[in-house]
Amino acid sequence: MTKDEKRHCCEGCWEFADPKCPDLVKCLLFRPRGVVDTMARERVDSRVNALKRVDVSTPVIYVGAGTCGLGAGAAGTLEAVQEWIRVTGTKAQVIQVGCIGLCAEEPLLDVQLPGKARLSLRHVTRDKVVGYLDSVFANEIPAKGALMQFSGEGLENWPSVPTWQEHPFFAPQERIVLKNCGLVDPESIGEYIARGGYQALATTLTNLTRTELCTQVEKSGLRGRGGGGFPTGKKWRFALDTPADQKFLVCNADEGDPGAFMDRAVIEGDPHRLLEGMAIAAYAIGASKAYVYIRAEYPLAIARLNEAIKQAHSFGLLGENILDSGFNLHIIIKQGAGAFVCGEETALIASIEGKRGMPRPRPPYPAVQGLFGKPTVINNVETLSNLPEMFTMGVEAFAAMGTATSKGSKVFALSGKVCNTGLVEVRMGTTVRKIVEEIGGGVPDNRAFKAVQIGGPSGGCIPASHLDTVIDYESLKEVGAMMGSGGLVVMDEDNCMVDVARFFMDFIQKESCGKCIPCREGTRRMLEILNAITQGRRSEKGFSALHRFQGILQLEQLAKVIQDTSLCGLGQSAPNPVLSTLRWFREEYEEHIFNRHCASRVCKELLEYTIDPDACTGCTLCARKCPTEAIMGAKKSPHYVIQERCIGCGSCLEVCRAGAVRAQ
Amino acid sequence: MIDLMVNNRRVKGEPGEMLLSTLKRAGVHVPTLCHLEGLFPSGACRMCVVEVEGVSGLVPSCAYPVREGLTVFTHSTRAVQARKTIIELLLANHPDDCLYCNRNTHCDLQKLAADYNVRSRQYFGQRTSHNIDMSSPSIVRDPDKCILCGKCVRVCEEVQGVACIDFVGRGSKTTVGTAFEQGLNVSSCVNCGQCIMVCPTGALREHSHIKDVLAALDDPEKKVVVQHAPAISVTVGEELGLKPGTDAFGVLTAALRGMGFDRVFDTGFSADLTVIEEASELVHRIRNGGRLPMITSCSPGWVKFTEEFYPEFMGNISTCKSPQQMMGAIVKSYFAQQEGTEPANIYSVSIMPCVAKKFEASRPEMGSHGTPDVDAVLTTRELVQLLAMRGVDASKLRPERADTPFGDRSTAGKLFGATGGVMEAALRTAHFILTGEEWPKSRIQSLRGMAPRKEAQVKIGGTELGVVVVSGLMEARTLLEEIRQGRDDIHFIEVMTCPGGCIAGGGQPQHSDPEILKARMQALYAIDRDGDVRTAHSNRSVQRLYDEFLGEPLSPESHRLLHTHYVKRNVVL
Repeated sequence: MTKDEKRHCCEGCWEFADPKCPDLVKCLLFRPRGVVDTMARERVDSRVNALKRVDVSTPVIYVGAGTCGLGAGAAGTLEAVQEWIRVTGTKAQVIQVGCIGLCAEEPLLDVQLPGKARLSLRHVTRDKVVGYLDSVFANEIPAKGALMQFSGEGLENWPSVPTWQEHPFFAPQERIVLKNCGLVDPESIGEYIARGGYQALATTLTNLTRTELCTQVEKSGLRGRGGGGFPTGKKWRFALDTPADQKFLVCNADEGDPGAFMDRAVIEGDPHRLLEGMAIAAYAIGASKAYVYIRAEYPLAIARLNEAIKQAHSFGLLGENILDSGFNLHIIIKQGAGAFVCGEETALIASIEGKRGMPRPRPPYPAVQGLFGKPTVINNVETLSNLPEMFTMGVEAFAAMGTATSKGSKVFALSGKVCNTGLVEVRMGTTVRKIVEEIGGGVPDNRAFKAVQIGGPSGGCIPASHLDTVIDYESLKEVGAMMGSGGLVVMDEDNCMVDVARFFMDFIQKESCGKCIPCREGTRRMLEILNAITQGRRSEKGFSALHRFQGILQLEQLAKVIQDTSLCGLGQSAPNPVLSTLRWFREEYEEHIFNRHCASRVCKELLEYTIDPDACTGCTLCARKCPTEAIMGAKKSPHYVIQERCIGCGSCLEVCRAGAVRAQ
Repeated sequence: MIDLMVNNRRVKGEPGEMLLSTLKRAGVHVPTLCHLEGLFPSGACRMCVVEVEGVSGLVPSCAYPVREGLTVFTHSTRAVQARKTIIELLLANHPDDCLYCNRNTHCDLQKLAADYNVRSRQYFGQRTSHNIDMSSPSIVRDPDKCILCGKCVRVCEEVQGVACIDFVGRGSKTTVGTAFEQGLNVSSCVNCGQCIMVCPTGALREHSHIKDVLAALDDPEKKVVVQHAPAISVTVGEELGLKPGTDAFGVLTAALRGMGFDRVFDTGFSADLTVIEEASELVHRIRNGGRLPMITSCSPGWVKFTEEFYPEFMGNISTCKSPQQMMGAIVKSYFAQQEGTEPANIYSVSIMPCVAKKFEASRPEMGSHGTPDVDAVLTTRELVQLLAMRGVDASKLRPERADTPFGDRSTAGKLFGATGGVMEAALRTAHFILTGEEWPKSRIQSLRGMAPRKEAQVKIGGTELGVVVVSGLMEARTLLEEIRQGRDDIHFIEVMTCPGGCIAGGGQPQHSDPEILKARMQALYAIDRDGDVRTAHSNRSVQRLYDEFLGEPLSPESHRLLHTHYVKRNVVL
């Protein structure tokens, strides 16, 4: 830095005045830039510390108001908090943060009092706000309310409350993508920058050429987090090496797997991380225009992203000549209508182009000929959000994390029959068991674990015997599952695996774009076969039993052809849920087909209703309620069910006061 | 050249081509239901999947670029089984009424099922069911028979630039439909019928007029007159067992007469009439500062296309009716007069290589006093059906001459059947009108051939004329856009709706082998080469018509009978 560039600071650099200090961002990114006197440096540092909320001067109340939080009632919590502040006249700042990941404990409310550690409270619904806030502000921990605390240097800890790092849900996690989620105000670019945000972009733009950047990402071993696991650096290089007057970067935020919500959470909780990642990727391939393809069902994420883009523009971190590097980037948000297939690259491109979202054959690959015929790199939200932290820690450090072929971390949306549902991020190589049993806290109510479904409609189930499988693209594939986008659904003895397969097949069958025959027609027939297996014991006539037996033979044959011949990833992976359940839970299929029995009692039509003669009081209620007159019996003597007449509606079970009706 | 191994045999591929083309050249037949030559592969049907060593799944050969050292197995058990399963899946959702289908015995799906030895229904499940769309005067859509190969959608959008149909719905509910799923008649469909030409099943067919024609033939009160278009005689032979490119004019005339048509006329006659009127109009426009470039009007798909997409160009289109409609108008006026009968007693049938002609004949402008000039339009395919129904054995028939007075044509009129023909015929006559002398050369080579666009600068007398010939509406669209952008060196444009012209029209037999199209085209050129009367204005019968009835070109009587006007159409584009 030359002497001429040095300048004295004014007071207003953080006042966001227009025009703001032209050196503001650089000053923060390359501290100390332009700051000559120690007083000014201290002033900036203290401002940064204030933004990081190392300590606070006035109490801060954080409300977890991501979509998941709002679903749990955070909007009411927020209202009650504001009301409480108004009524008590307390001076406190209220901040809406994104989801920290522990959805099971929502709504979450954190309080940070001056000099004290930030205390996190759980299940703070509207009715609990007043009581909880009253006690915390009186320096008391509300009974049953405390979840954890975020201790820091010079801060007084709350007694006997676990720290964040000690909490069993968070302790085994390694948060790269979710680093800021739930901690920062997602609508404040200042907070993101204060926590080191945009430094990776700045150093990349300053120190690396495009080729070097691609090489670095190749070295990092980063692979696509959207499902396929294609090496990110390699993808970039294809696009970089294709000459064109215009190139595009597309962020795939078309998160469509049932049970997956990490992209939404990242965008809602830390949108600038995605923007920074996008800027790095766009720079690497030489794209001056980028799209975020996001489903319109994510209104909060879209709003946050819009706000973040606006802020980044005003800080010169997007737009023309970013950080004086000569690099330009404009980001456009394109809302999708929510078709699952639009997550497929070529369908997504068609959708952005205004066409029907249908895949086309590759090659040409989008990196060579993509959006509007130009070289296009499509990366998933999580992939892009890895970049800032990856460059901050260094690609070597990133490459050192994980297994031989899978580096870094992976975010999972943990749901289903597990105590701690939510968003978790673990180092690659972590066992599935650790996620389910330690982080997830295992299956609730002492029920037996049955399987964990990974990868949504493209993935498969991992049975208890393979719980020690590690999170790694290849080893998951080996057991018939798939990394997919990271949905992780835990199932217990109450889940019927045939029904699970049927559910996913129903989903795929409805979401198939209808273009290629094996996917369109094949999934439809597979669904019909699964329906025949799980439904219709009583209405079965004539040939339908034969077709059911024939069906089981056809399931595998169809699955093979659909995998082998489908046009896109959706079709090619569509049979996975069936194949994996057939592989690990074949006996459940056989029980359904041959015995017409569903042990988990999920397949209602397979249930057989009987009346326990010892328990039956002969009240005749069931017989009167039965729509098909299938229950016979004299008054005050045990009744019985005529199976041929029973349609399995279950109304006898509902009305019986003696608990005499059995469904098996 | 690229070396690859196909089924353990060395095969040469060309750089940049897809595996399917290589296989075809090497004589390895891999079936496909969705492939369209010259368009970006859609990869929808997956019938052409083959096994490639080192690739985990099967690859679609239509979309797989050849590479040095590829090892391909096209008929491994795995590939064949996959194809068979795909056929079985299609059949599971297909009506089992082949016997009643108009594509029976010449259906691609039926043939594949037979080829792959599908002998029983494999999957018993729900079948998709939709209503048949009979709303269009030209095209009938039966979505139940549709296998969603997408060829119609692509031809409509990418070749014709119309895009009146697209996929609707998702998953197994997907179907092909119009905007807002309204009838084809109120869509932007121009009735070209190229969708029918590429349809592998009976999902698309013409709106048949066979019943009406048979009824008229059986009606003793009716004088049934038939005309057939220039492209018919060089095509229909293929269906009668003759070599492609054979002119079956005489045999066809004999067959039609044998079937009971009272008069057999040649649309070539009215094509000559069109040439004279159109050339006169062109000369008139040039001399009087009329709207230029003038654009031909004989292709009804193109006319509707303009009315929908480019109404500002309606004034550029020649006001001449098409040869079909000129014949129709003359038959119901002059001919009726000659025969001493009421126009209402005449039933006028035309045989056309086109389904848009059915629409054209139904336009309210194309008739007088509520009687249409042309009562029924048969496509080449319907003609073949009719010949079969009437037991006509073409090989035993002796060629006959067409009836007077409208059976004579010049070879210029015959050229109408191929792209560039109208232009060539009109220029010959325009030259005569402008200079009083015959066109010196025997042909205008630069306007011949299958290219979608052909341009030439011709000098007639002292006038330099820029002429352009386009076929296929996408190409027409491109040209109109150029003109919109300010291109002004063109005086006369010929537009044919179908790529290649009427020899490839939407009413022709459904095989699109480019070699056959070339043979048809060459047949027309040969007729022109060997003909005695090579210009429209030297057709004696036409001259007599003017002397006895019309007066002169562009006369009031000509205008009343032979010219028309156009209407802007409000359709969803």
